[in-house]
Amino acid sequence: MGRANLKSNVADYLRMYRQMVRIRTFEDNANQLYLSAKMPGLTHMYSGEEAVAVGICDALRVTDRITSTHRGHGHCVAKGAAFREMFCELLGKEEGYCRGKGGSMHIADQSNGNLGANAIVGGSMGIATGSALSARMQGKDDVTVCFFGDGATAQGLMYEVMNMAALWKLPVIYACENNGYSEYTKTSEIAAGEIQARAEAFGIEAHQVDGQDVLAVNSLAQRLVDRCRTGEGPFFIELMTYRYHGHHVGDINREYYRTKVEERHWRENRDPIRIFGERLIDEGIATEEELGAISEEIRKDAEAAVEYALSAPYPAGPEVDMHVFTDVAHATA
Amino acid sequence: MREITLSQAVNEALAEEMRRDSSVFIIGEDVAEAGTPFKVLSGLVEEFGTERVIDTPIAEPGFMGIAVGAAMTGMRPVVDLMFGDFLYLVMDQLCNQAAKTHYMSGGKLNVPLVLRTNLGATRRSAAQHSQSLHALVAHIPGLKVALPSSAYEAKGMLKSAIRDDNPVVIFEDKLMYQDKAAVPEEEFLISLGKAKVLREGTDITLVGTSSMVQECQKAADILAAEDSAYAEVIDPRTIVPFDDATILKSAKKTSRVIVVDEGHQSFGVTAEIASRINEQAFYHLDAPVLRMGAMDVPVPFSPALEDLTVPTPDGIVRNARRLLSGEMIHAA
Repeated sequence: MGRANLKSNVADYLRMYRQMVRIRTFEDNANQLYLSAKMPGLTHMYSGEEAVAVGICDALRVTDRITSTHRGHGHCVAKGAAFREMFCELLGKEEGYCRGKGGSMHIADQSNGNLGANAIVGGSMGIATGSALSARMQGKDDVTVCFFGDGATAQGLMYEVMNMAALWKLPVIYACENNGYSEYTKTSEIAAGEIQARAEAFGIEAHQVDGQDVLAVNSLAQRLVDRCRTGEGPFFIELMTYRYHGHHVGDINREYYRTKVEERHWRENRDPIRIFGERLIDEGIATEEELGAISEEIRKDAEAAVEYALSAPYPAGPEVDMHVFTDVAHATA
Repeated sequence: MREITLSQAVNEALAEEMRRDSSVFIIGEDVAEAGTPFKVLSGLVEEFGTERVIDTPIAEPGFMGIAVGAAMTGMRPVVDLMFGDFLYLVMDQLCNQAAKTHYMSGGKLNVPLVLRTNLGATRRSAAQHSQSLHALVAHIPGLKVALPSSAYEAKGMLKSAIRDDNPVVIFEDKLMYQDKAAVPEEEFLISLGKAKVLREGTDITLVGTSSMVQECQKAADILAAEDSAYAEVIDPRTIVPFDDATILKSAKKTSRVIVVDEGHQSFGVTAEIASRINEQAFYHLDAPVLRMGAMDVPVPFSPALEDLTVPTPDGIVRNARRLLSGEMIHAA
């Protein structure tokens, strides 16, 4: 992308920068909540993959929909969610997006078109494809993005729904966040052939992009989203990225599957926020101080949201059998 | 009143609901021109087109997942699962996704879909096309489960299921598709969760589901004719939600109950219903509640064997006589 173009979109770039920092800050706080035993259960960190969620979601409208994964905080933030309701959900509090009933792995934010994280690897691929079918049947030009990891490409459901999406030309983009690891195993050990080729086998146009470069991701996403709106979908994107943490926050000793040298390389040389920040400074779009001020403001926002969530009330006991059915107030009464 | 087959009843219910609500559509294998192997959907594609009667590849988890996503985003899919035995293929999408979405989202997302499938043995179709697996899904909170026992029930409950904002699984008895029953021409709905007393009696209650309702009726005829014993026959119609009140009232009146269902007997629907009666009507009973389910074996192919695996009117009569004679009390 040329310099002139870069400078003409200052507001867009600062928005994307801000969103990436928000994701990183959210995750750092979530990790702290886990380490200090203030969060029930565990969670999966998105840190390192921010450019993927932000680059894609910035190309979407609020009525466009996404489906997310167990590593889903980044998608949720990027699609417009607020810190307070997210931290409340992570802590199982009533004011959480799902009244504390979903938790980290099931955050859904319908108001922003987030149909929800999913704790079954690959489990949301049908949902995303169905959402795209809905848009088509309802005569809307909304696009659905299905986020999933490289690990999910081993699930059979993906091939069933890609086949139907291709046959029916549905407005869905399959966004494969290839962070190189399927839980605790190198994906190169469990994936035969090339991942993009699997989509191409159905006649789906597939692209590979540097998932650490938010502008590259965004520019590709813009083009594909626009083409989806005019009936050229579906598309497949393989986004080459990296997760800084283990499979989940408790996956600390992981040298049996991944070296510290490799992790350091990505953090020091391939960090999406640093890459974009340096570029914004080089191009004269923002100063180091201005970027620092953004980070500081977000740090304070997150701190306040965490404080709020920690002292927010849990759902009351009678909540336990509510929302099993839409038309029954208490399912076990 | 006119009589139509169960197959026609399902077809009418779908056509009426699709005319009424443009968000209703059908998705599944061979649902369009083929009209399914049982021809239940014949003619619908001519009226509603392939945009709303959607043929899929043979990919049950895939089209189930697509239906869940469509339901979450404003549509009302009616999924056609060709055989109940294929439920195992869609379990993640049905039980992990559809059943839990409303709850996991704190009530924000709904999944108004209907999964139509079937049950029933004795069609000489062997172990993978003959199972009655409704207990599997009834076990999962968040799913409603309907078991129509006639064309009348099939039409009224399917229309209600399509209008319901929850996922509803309907099991049709595949041997009953050509059975006729009186079905009103004018529109009607049967609300999910209301049992039906098919005949009143004083001596024993026969609770039968789906295919077993007819067997209970035949058994009641025999008991009346040969034993002058009068059985009350009740069809719960849905097992989720379950109409405890109607069954308990009858159990308290007759003090003897047999529960008959075509699912496997162990850990099944009959056990659940018997337990509910024991817990809530124990002191009104004169004998233990008996369960009669399908034999706990894979369904065999050979007719000589298959017919041994399902409850029959004669078997129900034999058990009723044991209860009526007091034999069961002394046996315990």
